[in-house]
Amino acid sequence: MSSVASTHSLNPLADNTVSARLAKRKSRHIRERFIEVILFLAASVSVAVTVGIVAILVAESYQFFQHVPLRDFLTDTQWTPLFDDAHYGIMVLLSGTLVSSLVALSVAIPLGTIIAIYLSEFAPFSIRELAKPFLELLGGVPTIVYGYFALLYVTPALQYFYPGLPGFNLLSAGLVMGIMIIPYVSSVSEDAMRAVPMSMREGSYAMGATRFQTAIRVVTPAAFSGIAAAYILGISRAVGETMILAVAAGMQPNLTWDPTEPAATITAYIVQVALGDLPHGSIGYQTIFAAGLTLMLLTLLFNILGHMLKRRYRQAY
Amino acid sequence: MADMTVAEIRALIVKHKRWDLIFATVGVLALMVGVLTFASLFAGMAIDGAHRLSPEFFTNFPSRRPEQAGILSAWVGTTLVMIVTAVTAVPLGVAGAVYLEEYAPKNWMTDIIEINVTNLAGVPSIVYGLLALGLFVYQFGFGQSILSAGLTLALLILPVVIVATREAIRSIPAVIREGAYALGATKWQTTADHILPYSIPGILTGVIIGMARAIGETAPVITIGALTFIAFLPPAPFSGDPPAGLFDWLFAPFTVMPIQMFNWTSRPEAAFHQNAAAAGLVLVVMTLSMNALAIYIRYRLRKKIKW
Repeated sequence: MSSVASTHSLNPLADNTVSARLAKRKSRHIRERFIEVILFLAASVSVAVTVGIVAILVAESYQFFQHVPLRDFLTDTQWTPLFDDAHYGIMVLLSGTLVSSLVALSVAIPLGTIIAIYLSEFAPFSIRELAKPFLELLGGVPTIVYGYFALLYVTPALQYFYPGLPGFNLLSAGLVMGIMIIPYVSSVSEDAMRAVPMSMREGSYAMGATRFQTAIRVVTPAAFSGIAAAYILGISRAVGETMILAVAAGMQPNLTWDPTEPAATITAYIVQVALGDLPHGSIGYQTIFAAGLTLMLLTLLFNILGHMLKRRYRQAY
Repeated sequence: MADMTVAEIRALIVKHKRWDLIFATVGVLALMVGVLTFASLFAGMAIDGAHRLSPEFFTNFPSRRPEQAGILSAWVGTTLVMIVTAVTAVPLGVAGAVYLEEYAPKNWMTDIIEINVTNLAGVPSIVYGLLALGLFVYQFGFGQSILSAGLTLALLILPVVIVATREAIRSIPAVIREGAYALGATKWQTTADHILPYSIPGILTGVIIGMARAIGETAPVITIGALTFIAFLPPAPFSGDPPAGLFDWLFAPFTVMPIQMFNWTSRPEAAFHQNAAAAGLVLVVMTLSMNALAIYIRYRLRKKIKW
């Protein structure tokens, strides 16, 4: 700071007090810049995380694909990477992920949408004030607890109606996962519906439409781009959900489209490998990164799809 | 239309209005599905696990004998991991949000950061585990330690903290900033003395919700290789032989509450399932009370602040 002051005092036009003030202003400026740089670095951490995720997944998967041809990875119908006769058919894990997600979404999307429409268009103020925090709490329950619930309460309950159901199955895991996803779908959809301007509802009521007709034919189409975003969020949650499936759907790889069978998902496989003790750098270790990359690409695909849907149906008011 | 009688029109109206009632009922039923699930989950765990909730349950290590097993190493591990997570995620998230709201120029760099934060919130949590396994555990050599787990969960909740902080900052009216600038305050003085103090309740809400999420996260912590059976505690500061440093516990192996519950759930014996229920009860009460606190703070905030 003193060196800054001395350069200013060389200026013959400035007297001492002004130069001192200028020096102070200069140091103030430097401090401001310094703080700004630090804040910028903090904000860049999120970018670094994304770059890190992509770099790690691609680098380890690259190693993996040196050993396993991409064609085998996509077409093989067995997934036995830890056996002597190793097969690496990702379809096996993908089928588990897709079936369980489908079960979950067939619960979460209808119920979440109905709850959103109800809360946004029908519910009296007091019910909405109670229901919103409750749904938030429902979304805050740890997924391992849902897994426990699926394995030890829902599966036995389902076995009561369907005696042949195995102890591990995609159905009960998917159903519980659907309940877990409801809050994500309903809260984002409801926000989209509440953003629809009141004048549109008033116009509809003025034409003699009932509440139900207004909700279904005016508000829902107008909010559709936001509702689509909610569905995409739900799909991403379902595809990436881990613990419910690892606990309740079993960890046996099984190429199946039948939800009543046990099957491992991509995420459950990663957990299974991580629980064991695979040496760093082995092919088994690399498989979880290839599986993780598949998972990332799958969520990316859904997000791009959602983005396109949003574009297609976006309406500005 | 013209050839309908008044009675017919009335009947039509009644018919359409009936749908209102039907849908309202369906809406309440849909909500009830959530309520019932939650109630049965909580009641079921309470019936199965409540009798295990003795003081010894909190002071015993896990054991092969289910009736002697406890969650000491799990809750200590969770506490330590959460400390690392909070110390990392809160400053990083708040600083990043302050930059985006107060400093960032409108250019492509800012756009990239913003899009990134939104996208990160949608990345499956287990992918963060893979990142941490490759980066923290092996590249940085932190090993399968409390430090690795804390940092992983910090990255995971970073978007939550950033979004909450940004919302809190955005709700502060421009006159506050203009007043500070008019008195000659710099940008940082304005931020540190006015913007941040006023947004603390909003930031707190986001931090609590993020931490509640981090406590319950299992998958990323398993992926970096947390152990499932630990019968010792991380070293206390300046303990051990020879007496070691203040932060040795950062590099200790550990387990956390959800992993302990997972371990007990995946055992076949019913006695261990009761332990899992008890651990789940503790976990749910912890996360729910944190969430409830966040909701309460937000509620108070909405009622009290009038600019």
